[in-house]
Amino acid sequence: MKILVCISKAPDTTTKISFTDNDTKFNEENVQFIVNPYDEWYALVRGLELKEAGGGSVTTVTVGGSDHDPIIRKALAIGADNAVRINTEPQDGYTVAKEIAAYAEGKDYDLILLGKETINYNGSQVGGMLAELMGLPYVSVASKLDVAGDTATVEQDIPAGKQVVEGPLPIVISCAKGMAEQRIPNMRGIMAARTKPLEVVEPAGAAPLVTASKFSLPEDKGEVKMIDAENAESLIELLHNEAKVI
Amino acid sequence: MSVLVFANATEGKIAKAAYEAIFYAKKTAEKTGGNVTALTYGSVGEEDLKKLGNYGASKVLINKNISDENDQTLTNLTAAAVEQEGAKTVIFSFDPAGKAIAPRLSAKLGAGLVAGAITLPETDGGKFIVRTNVFSGKAFADYEVSTDVKIISLLPNSLKAEATEDEAEIAEFTPEISQGKLKVKELKTRSGDGIPLPEAELVVSAGRGLKGPDNWGIVENLAEALGAATACSRPVSDIGWRPHHEHVGQTGIAIRPNLYIAAGISGAIQHLAGVNGSKVIVVINTDPEAPFFKAADYGIVGDAFEVLPRLTEAVKKFKAAN
Repeated sequence: MKILVCISKAPDTTTKISFTDNDTKFNEENVQFIVNPYDEWYALVRGLELKEAGGGSVTTVTVGGSDHDPIIRKALAIGADNAVRINTEPQDGYTVAKEIAAYAEGKDYDLILLGKETINYNGSQVGGMLAELMGLPYVSVASKLDVAGDTATVEQDIPAGKQVVEGPLPIVISCAKGMAEQRIPNMRGIMAARTKPLEVVEPAGAAPLVTASKFSLPEDKGEVKMIDAENAESLIELLHNEAKVI
Repeated sequence: MSVLVFANATEGKIAKAAYEAIFYAKKTAEKTGGNVTALTYGSVGEEDLKKLGNYGASKVLINKNISDENDQTLTNLTAAAVEQEGAKTVIFSFDPAGKAIAPRLSAKLGAGLVAGAITLPETDGGKFIVRTNVFSGKAFADYEVSTDVKIISLLPNSLKAEATEDEAEIAEFTPEISQGKLKVKELKTRSGDGIPLPEAELVVSAGRGLKGPDNWGIVENLAEALGAATACSRPVSDIGWRPHHEHVGQTGIAIRPNLYIAAGISGAIQHLAGVNGSKVIVVINTDPEAPFFKAADYGIVGDAFEVLPRLTEAVKKFKAAN
């Protein structure tokens, strides 16, 4: 099975967020970048598990400049066979999907996996857009994935409960918790990653559909009102009369 | 010109989030002009169809031939409705169906998508700007959309939907469309009448401070008394004390209930990211230095094993008296 895993770069989860250029750009200064956790923990690792069980290959694809190379090497260290970087800055979900679709078209991937969202933009957009551009079925927010023959069986958490969906390969799937367990790369993997192929391809070119015109931070909460544990019951009155939430 | 809403239905029941999307569309139409058309499918009952009207749709299109959630079929159906209605704005809920169909439609129509909207569009000066959470709730982004058709998916609980007595005209909608390849093989609806966490207005959550999965009764009791959903922190779902769909935080789900009660959760930055859209936060922790208190509206320094049962009793008394 030929598996393509879309990998993006995200700030480490402990990052304090700030903005520059009149609040139009994320301030990357002193920020530690990681592989977007959903791409790494779930999409990549499940892709590797499927390859280990049934043979094939796992290729990662990333849209971004050379500053993305460290996180791509990390994905290779975890076990991907080779990597592709499409050499352009992502502008919105649509430009990313367009670039990946242009690259993947005609290359006969059976399975295209990606995280359910990035932890920086949280849009959950690229998977569905990519599937539409390639004319493939798509399952969002999957918590389980198995492949037998030409059929993928996917479990999905939906508001009403759980849904089991079946679709033919090739298929695009966005991966969430439950899909796999995080893998920590070992020394051998890290060494091997240095020499694994990382192909840089030039972008097809795509125009964004939306632009972030301004970023802002939530306002600070006012002082916390402390309630004596001996008098815990009074909280309920406060929630009713003061906060008016019950 | 109209505002079209994709109202998702599971086994003939329209989701609560879809009524919010309808109401959001009504408020959007007040700014952009036009009427609200709701699009749904399957065996939706009369009562639910009527409610679409009550929340703001003046027309409801229903396709009874489609029975389950298929991303490609429903994208094609929505695109046909956009064309028939001349819709310039399309609203989805930011739920798994909306996360599949809205981006597909965006790519199909070349229409800009703002995913996970938390405000109505700002339309001053001919612009169209919508705010979303970014950095997993640590910040906001205002997205400007300038494509002819604009798509928004609405984060559940971002506004309070209000019903009226208004009624919608209901019409069957069966355009020629190509069918998708997915099949729903099985649907396991949540046992009992538990409230889906992303839609819940009240949430009781707990973390490692509860010491073990067998101690969750006190959390569930308070949730039940309040009519709240239960949630948990990441470590608790990682070690399997609670199911992973209850994990809120940066790598779990982001929620914005009216009330979030957190017991035995210290409040790491990753957890705060998933809950800081909550209107009111109550923190219960034995450690007065727990960082979560800084993000709280109300705090109790105390043992969850004592405080939660007392709150449960107080809620029961309050409910009996009100």
